[in-house]
Amino acid sequence: MKNLIERLHIKYSLTDIVNQRDNFVYLTIRKENAIDLVTYLKDYEGFSHFVLLSCVDWIEDGKFQLSYFLNQPNKKFDIAIRTMIDRENAEMQSSHHLWKHIETYQRELREMYGINFPKNPRIEENFILEGWDEIPPMRREFDTKRYSEKTFFPREGRKTYDPATYMKDKLYPNAPITAKVNKKDE
Amino acid sequence: MTNDKLNKNQIEDVSKFFAPENKKKNVETPDGQIIEVNPLSDYFSEARPKVHEPNSSKVVETFLNWARAESLWVLGFGTGCGSIEIPPLLTPRFDAFRFGVQMRPTPRQSNVIIISGYLAVKTLKRVIRSYEQMQNPKYVLALGSCTINGGMYFDSYNTINRLDKYIPVDVYVAGCMPRPEALLAGFMKLKELIKAGKAENANKYVENFDEYKANQKKIIKDWNMPDYNW
Repeated sequence: MKNLIERLHIKYSLTDIVNQRDNFVYLTIRKENAIDLVTYLKDYEGFSHFVLLSCVDWIEDGKFQLSYFLNQPNKKFDIAIRTMIDRENAEMQSSHHLWKHIETYQRELREMYGINFPKNPRIEENFILEGWDEIPPMRREFDTKRYSEKTFFPREGRKTYDPATYMKDKLYPNAPITAKVNKKDE
Repeated sequence: MTNDKLNKNQIEDVSKFFAPENKKKNVETPDGQIIEVNPLSDYFSEARPKVHEPNSSKVVETFLNWARAESLWVLGFGTGCGSIEIPPLLTPRFDAFRFGVQMRPTPRQSNVIIISGYLAVKTLKRVIRSYEQMQNPKYVLALGSCTINGGMYFDSYNTINRLDKYIPVDVYVAGCMPRPEALLAGFMKLKELIKAGKAENANKYVENFDEYKANQKKIIKDWNMPDYNW
């Protein structure tokens, strides 16, 4: 498989290669070539199984990281293709024509991160949320606790007492709360 | 009289959310006339729910309450993880049937709904539809701490915190997740309340109808159903 990675590096000028395990490697590539590489691996190298498409929000860099996980069933080899896209007006070339189930992943990413995949079927429809009008909930600038407190009705917690103060008031109202410490002992 | 009908304007506002079958359409009658049909107002009743009055005789009402307590027909509706705790109830080990508890497949045939665990906003919409279609007198049994204060989902963007703001709750069973024995204890408590004539929360829902609807519509933003589902 080392041979394959070298050939891919020459063909697509990968920006980063991370050997995670003997049978699993991360390849990082520019946004424009990512779908080309996925197509090449599917058509010529026998990566017939698409495992998953996931996203990571790097808010500090202003980037989303998309990862396409592919599997080669005969050689039991996995490749994950990472690519960084801009966070502002996030958009990525759709790859639903390669595997049917990418369609569902892309609809989910559109709803949870706001990444647009033009020409993906039913991309504008609701996927899980109904009538959501806030920023997409999986983006890191979305404060889920504040949203929950604002929208739902948080129940007040129960009353709690500091055990030391409570026991003092109950049992020894006149005693000092802290024991005296001699300066010598310190 | 104006209070007797639901506000039609509210229904018009949300027409963008409507499924195709709920939009206004022209239908040809058998004798060739073409009439306009608005499914939301023509296929559903717009009347508000009414309070279920107790019987005038106290003896009869006590007898009826005893009869109601002994036949609890539960809607087979599972939300969240608690829906796994309900099937064992019907097995010989726990045998809920000896308490007069049995499951029903449709809301029209049942009078108890178990909210079994966390409730997503999307599910709440279906719960409201099912609850309103159930027959009076009807009871709500809330299972797990998620229905009390949100439980471990207290900060989730998509699950409610307090169930009693949206539908009235008769009995809470605390725990995460309560065992089937706890659920049976909840049923016993519910029967106690019914026999004492204290499980009147369905009437509370009718009396505070506007308040409950306001709470529901605050979080269900694509309200595309009638205000009261008969």
